[in-house]
Amino acid sequence: MPRLSREARHPVTIILNGKRASGYAEPRLLLVDFLRREIGATGSHVGCEHGVCGACTVRVDGKAVRSCLMYAVQADGRRVDTVEGLGDDSSDLTALQSAFRREHALQCGYCTPGVLMSISDFLERNPKPTETEIREMLSGHICRCTGYAGMVRAVLDVVSNGGAAESPKSE
Amino acid sequence: MKPKGFDYLRAASVEEAVDGLKEGGEEARIVAGGQSLGAMMNMRLVEPELLVDIAGIADLDYLRAENGALEVGAALTQAELLEWSGLAEQAPLLHLAMPHVGHFQTRNRGTVCGSIAHADPSSELPLSLAVLGGEVKLRSASGQRTLAASEFQLGMLSTARRPDEMVTAVRFPNPRPGQSFAFREVARRHGDFAIVAAAAVVSDGHVRLGIGGVADRPTVRDWEALEGSALDDALNEFAWDLGGHDDIHATARYRRELVRRIGRRAIEEARHA
Amino acid sequence: MTQGHPQSEKFVGQPVERLEDAALLMGRGRYADDLPIRVGTLHGAILRSPHAHAEIVSIDTSEAEARPGVVAVLTGDEIKELTDPFIMVLKLPLQHWSLAVERVRFVGESVVLVVAEDRYQAEDALEYIKVEYKPLPVAVDPRDAAKEDAPLIHPAAGTNVVSVRNFNYGEPDKAFAEADHTVELTIEFPRNSQTPMEGYVVVADYLPGNNTYDVLANFQGPYTVHPVMARSLRVSGSALRIRTPQDSGGGFGVKQAIFPYVTLMSTASKIVGRPVKWVEDRLEHLSAAVAAPNRVIHLEAAVTKDGKVTAFRFDQLDDYGAYLRAPMPGPLYRPHGCLTGPYFIPNLSVTNRLVLTNKTPSGMVRGFGCPQMYFAIERVMQCIAVELDLDPLDVISRNLIPAGSFPYRSAAGAIYDSGDYPKALEIAVEEGDLKELKERRDKARAEGRLYGIGYCAVIEPGQSNMGYLSTILTAEERRKNPKGGSVSQVTVNVEPLGGVSVTADCMPQGQGQGTALAQIVADELGLKPDQIRVNLEHDTQKDAWSIASGNYSSRFVSSTAIAAHRAAQKVRAKLATIAAQSLNVSEEKVSFGGGQIFATENPDNAIKFHRAAGAAHWHPGSLPTELEAGVREIGVWAPPELDSPSDSDRINTSLTYGFKIDYCGIEIDPDTAEVRIDKYVTMHDTGKMINPLLVRGQIEGSFGWGVGIALYEEFVYAEDGSFLSGTFADYLCPTACEVPKPVILHMETPSPFTPLGAKGIGEGNCMTVPVCVANAVSDALDVRDVRVPLTPARVSAMIHGEEAAPPAGRAAPAAKAEGAGRALAGEGTTLVPAAPEEVWKTLLDAEKLAAVIPGCHRLDVVGDNDYRAEVTLGVGPVKGRFQASVRLAELDAPRSATLSGGLDGPLGSSRGSGRVRLEARDGGTEVSYTYTVEVTGKVAAVGGRMLDGATRMLVRQFFERLAAQVGGPPVHESWWTRLLRALGIGQ
Ligand code: FES
Ligand code: FES
Repeated sequence: MPRLSREARHPVTIILNGKRASGYAEPRLLLVDFLRREIGATGSHVGCEHGVCGACTVRVDGKAVRSCLMYAVQADGRRVDTVEGLGDDSSDLTALQSAFRREHALQCGYCTPGVLMSISDFLERNPKPTETEIREMLSGHICRCTGYAGMVRAVLDVVSNGGAAESPKSE
Repeated sequence: MKPKGFDYLRAASVEEAVDGLKEGGEEARIVAGGQSLGAMMNMRLVEPELLVDIAGIADLDYLRAENGALEVGAALTQAELLEWSGLAEQAPLLHLAMPHVGHFQTRNRGTVCGSIAHADPSSELPLSLAVLGGEVKLRSASGQRTLAASEFQLGMLSTARRPDEMVTAVRFPNPRPGQSFAFREVARRHGDFAIVAAAAVVSDGHVRLGIGGVADRPTVRDWEALEGSALDDALNEFAWDLGGHDDIHATARYRRELVRRIGRRAIEEARHA
Repeated sequence: MTQGHPQSEKFVGQPVERLEDAALLMGRGRYADDLPIRVGTLHGAILRSPHAHAEIVSIDTSEAEARPGVVAVLTGDEIKELTDPFIMVLKLPLQHWSLAVERVRFVGESVVLVVAEDRYQAEDALEYIKVEYKPLPVAVDPRDAAKEDAPLIHPAAGTNVVSVRNFNYGEPDKAFAEADHTVELTIEFPRNSQTPMEGYVVVADYLPGNNTYDVLANFQGPYTVHPVMARSLRVSGSALRIRTPQDSGGGFGVKQAIFPYVTLMSTASKIVGRPVKWVEDRLEHLSAAVAAPNRVIHLEAAVTKDGKVTAFRFDQLDDYGAYLRAPMPGPLYRPHGCLTGPYFIPNLSVTNRLVLTNKTPSGMVRGFGCPQMYFAIERVMQCIAVELDLDPLDVISRNLIPAGSFPYRSAAGAIYDSGDYPKALEIAVEEGDLKELKERRDKARAEGRLYGIGYCAVIEPGQSNMGYLSTILTAEERRKNPKGGSVSQVTVNVEPLGGVSVTADCMPQGQGQGTALAQIVADELGLKPDQIRVNLEHDTQKDAWSIASGNYSSRFVSSTAIAAHRAAQKVRAKLATIAAQSLNVSEEKVSFGGGQIFATENPDNAIKFHRAAGAAHWHPGSLPTELEAGVREIGVWAPPELDSPSDSDRINTSLTYGFKIDYCGIEIDPDTAEVRIDKYVTMHDTGKMINPLLVRGQIEGSFGWGVGIALYEEFVYAEDGSFLSGTFADYLCPTACEVPKPVILHMETPSPFTPLGAKGIGEGNCMTVPVCVANAVSDALDVRDVRVPLTPARVSAMIHGEEAAPPAGRAAPAAKAEGAGRALAGEGTTLVPAAPEEVWKTLLDAEKLAAVIPGCHRLDVVGDNDYRAEVTLGVGPVKGRFQASVRLAELDAPRSATLSGGLDGPLGSSRGSGRVRLEARDGGTEVSYTYTVEVTGKVAAVGGRMLDGATRMLVRQFFERLAAQVGGPPVHESWWTRLLRALGIGQ
């Protein structure tokens, strides 16, 4: 591959949620900015731009990674999955998304897309995690609204396959 | 918080990568996972002219147990190492240390060699390499060389790597019979950089303890058959030698306290492992 | 609507799943930065001050203006010309502008705005701006800043203590004179913020046709700030159109302080004639957005021998940072009515002092002044128990306001609406199983472990009285312009096909208010919540609003929710009238349910909801004559209980007052000194719950932040005012591994002052958790002085006693008190194989010095032994270009000299000095040095963890190069190592 000049915008094509998506990027354009501004996929968010908060987490070739620590040119030709691609084309929510709603695992929802992408990768690799393992995986995300309790309940709920939601009054 | 402009080279082979480094000189940087470099570039603390991406070099994406060591290629991610089924047996210390390295999401992209090349004094992988007496393999357009861990890491973020060289692999020596291991770390939050990390290797009364997070690089001490107050004294001396520094997360004194205390815990744990 | 038989399903009080969630879970939220912008929109980036306090000598933007993509560069000069300073709550001779004018007063203050084609280019240009600063003495600690001789933050004010007020209620002096005991304590509460995950976003578009600013901003209110923005832009309120988006990535009060940026981007848009967008990044947010004021409180309690408190005497010093931005000093006055907590304490004396310092201006943050106050009150309650040898829960229980006393007027004038505190305590003890927790503690202690239990009880105020801030004025001053009350407005609209939509004057930040509004309206109209479309985008030119509008002070359930209830009732009345006509019954005899309006006594006699609504649109002539056409009703709510302060300074600061009682068990690791919350029980009486799911969310969320305050979060400043918590690796928000799961308990005592009986619930746990955990640590360790965050280093200092001495023959470094100064200091020695005279010559020779200074490109002599240099310095890959100044003074040839100087560059600034000594030894010279360095600006904010090591390394480099220059390889050995080796110790 030739050296890509910083001055120019280079064509970048990714397989975004199963479909080809193309745009242009200077080498320094962050993947998250490419997704949001070039492609218009604004579901992935920016919370710190230094790799700590997890708001920008997307899956690249299946792996949950920080899209603020990747450049768009690095994703060229690769599969990128974002929150917009969860579930099928219908408006139905996946079991994980439904569990999030049921367990009130989101408030402002800003951290949520990244969290969902992490969990979806994590559960594929570790389908029966313990609560400790779930919390360790979630520790790569900062949520300022929820105190994480609902997220943990939601993941446990999905893992135990659709267990009934705890009634909030029963706590 | 956006990085300054740079040229980008996605290297298909080690040759291409080292040629790129030669061309780029002092202002070129290797990127593999970019989990530290990317953040520093976004903050414009690091402003390379050329970024040479080695993550896609298939030849470097390997994990091999040979010649008495576990050799990890420069494209192998931390997650791949952690999830490798042979880890507990072939590299028990790494098996204990790896869960402390960053987070699920950063391990997915961060590489083992990248962490060692970055040479953060608080990182777990350089500490593990130092304690095990491992090696770093370097390549440049004009040749290759192998350095002992102690020769490689020179200080904070500083190594013996020359500007035209790249780390191609690191080698973690296999456990020897009778050795047992322990790893302890205190960080402010789960997955944060260690305030102090302690890695212990024990065999036949021989004790080796490595400490990260206190001096400007991981530091290793060896003792023969120390027990009780003699061990306390040795740990205390080690703590004072390391000195420590104040920052917003901990005081120097607390760091020394941890060297004495979790150092001891690690040694005891290794003895009972 | 296809429901079958009318039914009366009710949704208020049910855990209805959120209507907001589906879109957010699919990545289809509409946050400010997601919304389309006009073609040609430009992007802003801001150059910020690296100094805590400095005069701006000059700004040179010429190079930046020439950079690619740059359209305009603004400085304080333009801002001063085109805008007015922001108005403040207090009339003080201080000026605050959207860009620094003449002086910077905190690290991170906006100095220059670059407007460019995109954000990347705008940031590129920042590096080309040259600002010359003249650093000034700083005042960082509030107590220092309050001293007479402190450097003045605003010289025009003549003092940093810009307001002092004394209040007396009852007979506090008498109570203290008669008390059996006086228990007193001084607490210091740190600076922190809940730091929403989404930063500020502003898109400003100046419309020259009618001199109007059209601004999209994720502002959360209060709209008292709207006139502040409009006045600064020199336009009327109606010419500043503020639009807020449907979704916001968290607020917690913090998004109030976006307002200076609205003025800044609006002005930029006017200058460039195009829209200007600015998205705050994390470093900007942490360093410059907002912080809850840190507070020093000295609290004395007059106590009887059986532990009853008869009076409190508060002395409060609240730190507002560099500017007093509206609506500051709210955090000191919003809790005023609650200064006696949930206790029956009739006598109260208060001294409130506001102080300004060289720190980020304080502002609204969840808890809004209460976490600070309760930290003092509840620590003192625990100290009373310790000093009188009573059980801490007994002390709380003995002092609680008795059941049956409500509405209860507190000493300072709050009207506590309802409650049964003793019963709540009883439930908490029983259902939370305090007995088991005590057994756990006893067992742990018997095993020698460090375990403690903490308690606390607080009143959580909801919905602020807009008049509370005028308590800071004297009764005399207030009379001219009395303020008090709180207005909310909601519009319910029914369109021709019967669809119901709602708009409101709240700007939700994730609390699920849209769902709650849908529940309330659905219940009135016999519909289901998902049939109600709630659009909470807000537009000041099109939607109803008033100064109290916004999302803050836990006001929603007793304000906007009630306005919605009223609007829905109006719609219901209108539709009932229409339906009654066609059902042939009187209006009182119709009911709503299942999408139908029907005769209460004969449900089969029904008309579909949409038919009744349609009549008002399709056939207005058929309506009863008293009805207007269409169905659009505004509900307005202004509770009468919120009045202006009385002449005796009594003020009902809020409308509702919830009650919380918490307790927890914590354990401390004896080696690592880490505090682990073993169990946490939190009991809430928040009146009627409109949606228990949302209530739980609020509790879990504020609990999580409470854990952050207690154990992790603090904005740290060095003594020189440099800011050290600029990343999320330095400002530590707890993650899922750090936040345990609380046990949540409830009882419901409806508020009589709001038609739905609900009380604000958004903030309680950030008020309780810090002090509850602190009390538990105090219990575990039997210590009195407990400061949050309880970092392991702090706890270690409490439990690890005297440090083990260094090995024989070695001196310990001078101990630095924790938190006392973060100047980097060091020392070292190098052996140089040349005579002292040689070394001396090198130091004094400009050309040679240039070769010694690491990374020196160029050195100019500006005076006797006084140089300016351009250097590139760094550690590993981290590098930056700096302007350096180097001076040699106190010359004692060839023995010693003082080297001092500074560095300034895009990465930050530093000042330092050191003493160098030369001593002949073994035919060469031993060069020894000591130094102190202060570093400020970006590198200090983001690289704190590395600073000490990096400085050491650079200083060492200097002396190594000195050695090399004089002619020989340096000898890397500390004096200590050599001595130890000589003595046969060490390696
Ligand atoms: S924005 Fe990428 S981790 Fe925070
Ligand atoms: S839901 Fe708001 S940050 Fe997680």
